Amino acid sequence: MRKASRLSRFNIASLALGLAFLYLPILILVIYSFNASRLVTVWGGWSLRWYHEFFADRAMIEASWMSLRVAVASATIATLIGTLAAVALSRGERFRGRTLFSGMLYAPLVMPEVITGLSLLLLFVALNAERGFWTVTIAHTTLTMCFVAVVVQSRLGSLDRSLEEAAMDLGCAPVRAFLSVTLPLIAPAIVAGWMLAFTLSLDDLVIASFTTGPGSATLPIRIYSEVRLGVKPEINAICTLVIALIAVVIVIASLASKLSSSQGESAAPL
Amino acid sequence: MTDELPGTDVAGRDARPAAGEPLLRIEGVAKTFGTFRAVDGVSLEIKAGEFFALLGPSGCGKTTLLRMLAGFEAPDEGRMLLGGKDIAQALPHERPINMMFQNYALFPHLSVRDNIAFGLKRAGMARADIATRVAEMVALVKLEGLEKRKPDQLSGGQRQRVALARALARRPQLLLLDEPLAALDKKLRENTQGELMELQRRLGMTFIIVTHDQEEAMTMASRIGVMKSGKLAQVGTPRELYEAPRSRWIAEFVGDINLFDAESKLRDGHRLVIGTRDAGALVVAEPREAVGEGKFSVAIRPEKVKLSRRGPVSAAGHETAINLLDGVIADICYLGGTTTYKVKLDTGGMLQASVANSARLDVDAYSLNQHVVAWFTPDDCVVLPS
Repeated sequence: MRKASRLSRFNIASLALGLAFLYLPILILVIYSFNASRLVTVWGGWSLRWYHEFFADRAMIEASWMSLRVAVASATIATLIGTLAAVALSRGERFRGRTLFSGMLYAPLVMPEVITGLSLLLLFVALNAERGFWTVTIAHTTLTMCFVAVVVQSRLGSLDRSLEEAAMDLGCAPVRAFLSVTLPLIAPAIVAGWMLAFTLSLDDLVIASFTTGPGSATLPIRIYSEVRLGVKPEINAICTLVIALIAVVIVIASLASKLSSSQGESAAPL
Repeated sequence: MTDELPGTDVAGRDARPAAGEPLLRIEGVAKTFGTFRAVDGVSLEIKAGEFFALLGPSGCGKTTLLRMLAGFEAPDEGRMLLGGKDIAQALPHERPINMMFQNYALFPHLSVRDNIAFGLKRAGMARADIATRVAEMVALVKLEGLEKRKPDQLSGGQRQRVALARALARRPQLLLLDEPLAALDKKLRENTQGELMELQRRLGMTFIIVTHDQEEAMTMASRIGVMKSGKLAQVGTPRELYEAPRSRWIAEFVGDINLFDAESKLRDGHRLVIGTRDAGALVVAEPREAVGEGKFSVAIRPEKVKLSRRGPVSAAGHETAINLLDGVIADICYLGGTTTYKVKLDTGGMLQASVANSARLDVDAYSLNQHVVAWFTPDDCVVLPS
């Protein structure tokens, strides 16, 4: 192991500046979520009052529950479809239009969310679908499956193809070879992909507000509409909880990704 | 798992061809990738119990041929008969053939034991039998005590052994080895060569090895097929390839050789007198196959060339030592067991002579610019079409 070289003063200063820029607002939010005062900007001592308020707020709890359900469902579907797409792209024979398909798969990564949201809304209206839980779930699946595909495909790309051949050589039919050798080896990447999809869905406001219907607001939508009437300290408490949840998921995802890369030859970048 | 082909029965109860009987027949097999003809009409017969080497430079199609035998590529043309049954289009898992991969392809998520047991589990062997077979294989490749390790906790040599044990565990009719020793260092490679040969003899199994290393092929294989541009250039025992190469290319590919382009030829009884530009007139034994009208050359292996200060010691008794060439030592390359001298011939050419260092003190050694006579018999020369 190489010893970490000592940071110079300039490096420490720039690191501190960068971290402050990123995390100071969040830190302030977290601190103020424990504020006893009714006014957001006035410190009134430590208290868990606003957490109590949140758990008593039925509308907020319902929105949170809705968000969690959407996130779990869309992440699961996205992981399934995204993994299949990644496998088809990296393992399939070179089929016609492979490059085009590959490019199209990644387009939603850079597509403005407003456009994705609007186009999905138009689709649902055209299909006369009742907007609610399922439309948001489908929309989030559309958004997140390409992230899953990217993560899984990079892992597949670093995997030695001869492993699958060895499995076939030792008596596995091709599908069986995939299930017993490739799948266990890309499992950490699939888990990381799911986590990524979950956080993306939990945090999305734009697409959700295009595709949801009355009575089925997700948490970000609910928060946004509350804030327009003025920031209540309760919002700080909710946001802190969401941040905690996302932090946990991100840590698990990066651990899974690290595990995945330590087993293979090269890393799957998250 | 129900395999339709005979011989996939891992318990080894199937009737296999006895040693010496034909096991595999390759008939006119060809494979094209895009416009590149990787394997171009190869026909070959391999007998049970043989240690066969496919030798050739990179890109000659030897690996493609091996992958077709394993079932990873399907041939475009031709048949591959294993025990009389055409397996050319069978899938890898339907063949009683196993392969040891160049990079070993060990499953990183499985322990040594599970790697070896993998193929047995797939064959539906009973648990107790698997345990016995794995223990047997572990002992065979001397990996006792490492059964629980993962591949990344093993050295290169140990990984190679696991790969071998895994491929042997199913007792295949035919074992394919793709450059199995390429990743090992020289000393370990030499030891492993010996162990592989010993193992093959003991198990009486048929091995086909792919290698680009001619020394490795010569050491291990009982027969060698030399491949060039997708075709089999020559098939024979190591001795046949070395002493009776069929073409100039093979002579140069297998070992070192002195080559002199012929300019004229004259028949003299059972011998030919061949005029060369670089080495003057050389007397050679008449080749078994008549030399055609095309260009040809005379070839002599360096160790067949003897050196002395004044020609053969008792020239009268050496009727065969007809080729005497005068020259001076131009270069000396000491290799330990032998010394290679480059002799600048008075006729203009260069001749390499490899002399065994049979005495420790160098009373017989030649020095640079020393005048020497190089000599060899007509039987030591090979006439090769260019």
